[in-house]
Amino acid sequence: MNQKGLSVKSVVAIGIGTAIYVILARFTSIPTGIPNTNIEIVYPFLALLATIYGPIVGFSVGFIGHALSDFLMYGQTWWSWVLATAILGLIIGLYSRKLDLEHGVFTGKQMFFFNLIQLIANLISYVVIAPIGDILIYSEPANKVFLQGVTATATDFIAILILGTILLKAYAATKVKKGSLHKD
Amino acid sequence: MNKPIIQFKDFSFKYDSQADPTLKHINLEINPGEKILLAGPSGSGKSTIGRCLNGLIPNVDHGELKGTCLVNGKDITKASLFDLSFTTSTILQDSDSQFIGMTVGEDIAFSLENDCFTRETIHQNVDRWATELKLKDLLKQAPQTLSGGQKQMVVLAGVLVDESPILLFDEPLANLDPATGLKTIQLIDQIQKEVNATVIIIEHRVEEVLARHVDRIVLISDGEIIADKAPNALLHQDLLESVGVRSPLYIKALEKAGVDLKQLPDISSIDALPEEKNIAEKLQSWENKQVPPKQKTEKQPLLTLKNVGHRYNKLQKHPLHDVNLTINQGDFVSIVGQNGAGKTTLCRIICGFIENEGQAFFKDQNLADLSIKERAEKIGYVMQDPNQMISQKMIFDEVALGLRLRNVPEEEIKDRVYQTLKVCGLYAFRKWPISALSFGQKKRVTIASILVLEPELIILDEPTAGQDWKTYTDIMNFLRELNQRDKTIMIVTHDMHLMLEYSKRSLAFANGQLIADTKPIDLLTNADLVKEASLKQTSLFELAKHYNLTDPNAFVQAYIDSEEASQHA
Amino acid sequence: MHDDKILGYQPGNSFIHHLNATTKLIFLILVSIACMVTYDTRFLAVICLFSLICLKIAGIKWKQVSFVVNFIIVFAIINIIAVFIFQPTYGQDLYQTKHVLISAGYFTVTQEELFYLLNVILKYICSIPLVLLFLLTTNPSQFASSLNKIGVSYKIAYAVSLALRYIPTVQTDYWEISAAQQARGNELSKKAHLVKRIKGTLNIVMPLIFSSLDRIDIISTAMQLRRFGSKKKRTWYVYEPFQLKDYLVTALAFILVLVVVVLWHVNSGRFFNPFR
Ligand SMILES: Nc1ncnc2c1ncn2[C@@H]1O[C@H](COP(=O)(O)OP(=O)(O)OP(=O)(O)O)[C@@H](O)[C@H]1O
Ligand SMILES: Nc1ncnc2c1ncn2[C@@H]1O[C@H](COP(=O)(O)OP(=O)(O)OP(=O)(O)O)[C@@H](O)[C@H]1O
Ligand SMILES: [Mg+2]
Ligand SMILES: [Mg+2]
Repeated sequence: MNQKGLSVKSVVAIGIGTAIYVILARFTSIPTGIPNTNIEIVYPFLALLATIYGPIVGFSVGFIGHALSDFLMYGQTWWSWVLATAILGLIIGLYSRKLDLEHGVFTGKQMFFFNLIQLIANLISYVVIAPIGDILIYSEPANKVFLQGVTATATDFIAILILGTILLKAYAATKVKKGSLHKD
Repeated sequence: MNKPIIQFKDFSFKYDSQADPTLKHINLEINPGEKILLAGPSGSGKSTIGRCLNGLIPNVDHGELKGTCLVNGKDITKASLFDLSFTTSTILQDSDSQFIGMTVGEDIAFSLENDCFTRETIHQNVDRWATELKLKDLLKQAPQTLSGGQKQMVVLAGVLVDESPILLFDEPLANLDPATGLKTIQLIDQIQKEVNATVIIIEHRVEEVLARHVDRIVLISDGEIIADKAPNALLHQDLLESVGVRSPLYIKALEKAGVDLKQLPDISSIDALPEEKNIAEKLQSWENKQVPPKQKTEKQPLLTLKNVGHRYNKLQKHPLHDVNLTINQGDFVSIVGQNGAGKTTLCRIICGFIENEGQAFFKDQNLADLSIKERAEKIGYVMQDPNQMISQKMIFDEVALGLRLRNVPEEEIKDRVYQTLKVCGLYAFRKWPISALSFGQKKRVTIASILVLEPELIILDEPTAGQDWKTYTDIMNFLRELNQRDKTIMIVTHDMHLMLEYSKRSLAFANGQLIADTKPIDLLTNADLVKEASLKQTSLFELAKHYNLTDPNAFVQAYIDSEEASQHA
Repeated sequence: MHDDKILGYQPGNSFIHHLNATTKLIFLILVSIACMVTYDTRFLAVICLFSLICLKIAGIKWKQVSFVVNFIIVFAIINIIAVFIFQPTYGQDLYQTKHVLISAGYFTVTQEELFYLLNVILKYICSIPLVLLFLLTTNPSQFASSLNKIGVSYKIAYAVSLALRYIPTVQTDYWEISAAQQARGNELSKKAHLVKRIKGTLNIVMPLIFSSLDRIDIISTAMQLRRFGSKKKRTWYVYEPFQLKDYLVTALAFILVLVVVVLWHVNSGRFFNPFR
């Protein structure tokens, strides 16, 4: 089929990915015991989705998912943070070309680099993009927004480090090796 | 003169992850306008053949392909999905996950929207098919608010609007109630005549499909075609049951009564059977010979329901309400009734998944005081949709999950899991990931994962939908065995024969109400109840009427008794 | 039952319900951008009043939105306190004057700071009722077709439509899986310690995610079998043609944007400054 633009699979991945994003954002924060700090499963999920389906899906799910879940839960959103999440998905998605989860491979070295990249992506998103956006769009004081950014980077990094790595590993494990199944 | 529209030549296919080919040396030609029934045991490769016809193989499912397959002159290895979508319209087996639109109306309209028809044309077409399939009231409903059977009808409408030359139905009847199933078969027949399409039906319920004329039955076993004949010719052979597909009941009854099938020219439908006196006599005398097995008596109440009900939302027309009944220890109960009547809802209430308007007691314990987990220690529930139950990657782990959570020692787990896998015909697959299973096999995994726990009360929601006769019999016999060990069993089913043969008591639902609680045979004798609950008499009854036997119901009962007796022997 | 507090479409019969989804979308986007850009207190106050009146017209009940509004109030207060704590001099920097109300060293309160904070609050009150209104009165399938109408590619529009279509399904799945897990003996109580809680959540989330990934495959094949994506365009079953009232409301939105542009010139910038 001469597929112009997005493939059908990407369209569906964006749609259903976003739906899961919204539900995870709504129902699955795990309180850590420290006030106002939750372990969010959405970010590891976004990392998984971006890794499987690539940067465009990563960006779109980050963008639409974040905006939609904010709107549906709070009736408003903070566009600078929406953009930051989208960029996070984009960067992790770009790195996915170096991975080969589809064939069940996820080595220790790949794990290390994946987490390095996600750290960089988190820094770019939440220490650069989100605060600057807040200052430009909402005219908020700089030191407040940067502190928020640093906190977000730390919690998201740790969430992806632990849960993201588990998810990617588990996904790679669901892939079956070629010619390996026979009845006995 | 006719050029075949579908042509398999020495065609083989092996899924990438498989070590052995799934389809082996298939040779098959189908002419335009033919109507074919594709039958075979679960996992034999029926859906795989279907996936070649619509181009999913090799476009989506990758694998090794040998030989050729031409669909409407196009080689499937060269045609794109899009090319083939104009030729073949498909109803996938898993209708639940095939529902695309946000509402029923949008789902029916989906392919028309993609073809850029105008709004008016789309609305006209949708209205026409919605009326035809009695979906008009549902047009604005969302998919998650439909029952299993209602979804299947919507998916059917979404495909029929397309009017393609080849219509492929992968188990269109699996979730439909008997009356709707019959109507669907009539509808398929009528549409075929209208548009002169080539129709391929994949079904385990052979007898139901044969209610209307079928040109040929193609029988598949283990990836090979073992018969390709007109129904009459095939039924004269003893092939169906030897590969594990159930042959029509009336034929089995004739055989039991000692009628020589070879003497009968046409046995493809009851109406075609010759009205000979000696056949009638044989049937009658066989009936008289059967003795009913002894019934157990003295029962303790196990589950008591008082004014049980649930309303999903304010708009719901017929919410489940005011269900009052008592299930006794050792009962084997079937729950039947039209699509959307509330059968699954009742199961969910009992298990505590959704709220209950009334009260439910297990022995003397009020169920409202128990969490889902605590209820689950007494009540096991196999859900209608297997996808909602499966949480593990490997078959073994999935079945073992419940035992592990109950801290059973690993050694014992292994024994019990293997034992159950054997019952469910999955032992050969014990090391496989669930993702490589056919639909029917997946459903069996979920059955196994509950059976292995042996809870006091087992509720199964349509366990036999999509199962072949052999696995069906194995599972049902195992349940019967559990039942004899005083376990209580409740089965939601659309299979009238299952109800008659295995259950001792039937609960019939219609429009959210319990309309009957009686012996299965009495349920089917009551024409009003049959109509209201969208049920159907079995072909045994029709057979008895065809030969003017004195009491058709007694004949049906005799058949059941003889089956049960032969199981015990 | 499952405290599923997510805002969603509530069918109704008001003027606003009957507006075309495209109209409402255009209005929402333009007016929120206008409110985002401007710090003109007079404009914000007018829009506030206007959107509260619209809520009334649409017949939205307090209990439908109370959980959201309560949340927003708490959030807005925290945010305002944070802004103040981090930079109590922010207002005077913006407005270039200093009228001290309470002198308290670092935490000196000025009129400028309070005025700035008032504007921040007004901005919340402006856009939130509009969004609530949109979410509660717009049929989600029409929302997708209206995205396409205002120029978003139909594939992205359909992706959004799929997202809205699957949110309830995934939500049902989530509870079903959670129930099924509990029915197999998995304890998901909130009292367990952290590692256990993470494990418990993963036990639901993993099957949810992986079954949804399978679903992506199945849905995309089902869509391809029904020719999605084969053409440059597609039509929409749910699309409703524009009516006079739709043109009028759209025009109103553009006028409001124009007002903001004019105000920008009058104030020579984003901020309306009463101190000069
Ligand atoms: N995607 C897949 N990858 C690997 N193996 C598969 C895949 N799909 C099916 N199979 C295997 O191919 C065999 C045939 O599957 P198929 O779905 O065609 O069976 P079926 O005859 O339709 O069965 P059922 O009646 O249960 O639907 C099965 O044993 C299954 O394990
Ligand atoms: N989550 C839900 N939200 C709203 N309505 C629902 C929901 N689930 C089911 N319903 C409605 O409740 C009614 C009963 O549904 P239920 O699933 O119990 O039917 P059923 O008897 O099991 O039918 P089937 O034989 O087709 O599976 C149906 O009319 C259905 O549309
Ligand atoms: Mg199949
Ligand atoms: Mg049901």
